[in-house]
Amino acid sequence: MNEFLLVIHRDLTSADAKPSPEQMQAAIKPFQDWIGGIAAQNKLVTPPKRWDSDGRVVKENNTVTNGPYAEIKESIGGMLIIRANDYDEAVEIAKGCPILQWGAKVEVRMAIVTA
Amino acid sequence: MEERALIPKLFRTEYRKIVAVLCYLSGIEHIEIAEDIVSDTFLAATELWSIKGLPENPTAWLYTVAKNKTKNYLKRNSFFEQKLSADIKYLTPKTEEIEIDLSNKNIADSQLAMIFTVCNPAISSEAQVALALNLLCGFGVQEIADAFLTNKEVIYKRINRAKEKLKEANIKIEQPTISEINNRLDSVLTTIYLLFSEGYYSTGRRPESQNTILRKDLCEEAMRLCYLLIENTSTNKPAVNALFALMSFHSSRFDARTNDDGETILYEEQDETRWNQELIELGTHFLNLASTGNIVSKYHLEAGIAYWHTQKQDSAEKWENILQLYNSLLILEYSPIAALNRTFALAKTNGKKEAIVEAEKLHLTDYHFYYSLLGNLYTEIDNKKALQHFQAALHLAHSSADKATISKNIERLLN
Repeated sequence: MNEFLLVIHRDLTSADAKPSPEQMQAAIKPFQDWIGGIAAQNKLVTPPKRWDSDGRVVKENNTVTNGPYAEIKESIGGMLIIRANDYDEAVEIAKGCPILQWGAKVEVRMAIVTA
Repeated sequence: MEERALIPKLFRTEYRKIVAVLCYLSGIEHIEIAEDIVSDTFLAATELWSIKGLPENPTAWLYTVAKNKTKNYLKRNSFFEQKLSADIKYLTPKTEEIEIDLSNKNIADSQLAMIFTVCNPAISSEAQVALALNLLCGFGVQEIADAFLTNKEVIYKRINRAKEKLKEANIKIEQPTISEINNRLDSVLTTIYLLFSEGYYSTGRRPESQNTILRKDLCEEAMRLCYLLIENTSTNKPAVNALFALMSFHSSRFDARTNDDGETILYEEQDETRWNQELIELGTHFLNLASTGNIVSKYHLEAGIAYWHTQKQDSAEKWENILQLYNSLLILEYSPIAALNRTFALAKTNGKKEAIVEAEKLHLTDYHFYYSLLGNLYTEIDNKKALQHFQAALHLAHSSADKATISKNIERLLN
């Protein structure tokens, strides 16, 4: 089993931000069920946390800008760490993320095992 | 009650009380002597009561005999006179005769002190549980071995090693301090919950544990230990109240769970008029008391699930709440049983088809409950598959009660 980071990127700040607050509201139950399903397989390493949408970005020369994004429109909406055998399995789990249907993206990254 | 049934019952409830009081008085280093004295008292009761019949007040008889045996022991044992009575005289000033206080108050104090002593981090958590079952609940070594599906020798060694460690570390038996409460309350609650579960879930699971009266006593004892923590202001924490609520809700169904032959009656088939409303109200009361602070323990979540089970009528609200509580419970702490129960709740809220997809991801192929769940989910969707799963469940099930339940499901499918 390897550990994978699932990072949910979504548009938090633009004028027609996706998902909208209404869509987020509607996603609560499917999202809870999705996480519950991962936990039920004993594949949840750390429980998901909620992340504030205010955010700061630190750049070269200690420049700090407001907003949770670097250069792109999407920023981190949520993240969790799961257990899976390989990328195929981790991707299969990520496909269940209910916020995908409203334009969010899930980045899947495998942890490198330190020797 | 006949003396044949009464002595084990008294052993269950009184043994640990007297041991706790004697240990509280004399310190952990004299634990074996305290146990010997109390065992000897019960031996005397067994011999004498079978010849002369029951005394008028058997509990009082036990207390008096235990007191006398302790006093006799102290009188004739020079080691004790020099070492122990010096300690005791320091603790109980200016009494010629040593007072052995078996009042309810002192029993409660002694047991509270003992719970926290037993759950000292100097010993491993599995040893804590074994020792607590032995000293605080009067479990025999064999019973503890059964509860942990291991053999007598393992438990015997575990208990004795734990006692040695407590002695070596020279742990004082005293009322717990605030920091000790914070550090050890978790293991204390785990121990109480394990005791309750042993009483509640083992009915019908194993042939040797079909003594319903005895099992009910265990549950009551667990609730009583938990109530000791509630009664003491420093240990009266939300999680303690939540655990008490959980046990009350579960206990409310105790009488409805078995028929006259001791066979298990499934939740769906229970006669809810046999559910104890007083215990349900008690549970609701303590669950409300538990809802302070900002820490949600697994006992809160499990008590919530148990609360919704006291509502017999199926409703969308009921199963949605149960599902979300299981989701949270699994995020907090994975367990295969919670995973299976969550999938059952998912079938009730999101439909059987979605639940089948989720169930097949669980791969809990060692559990007959897993195949029973799949059998239930496939029933009416694909009866052939349902039958295969029930047959796999039957193959894995051990107890006759489980086998009977699965067989009933198979018969239903074949007819």
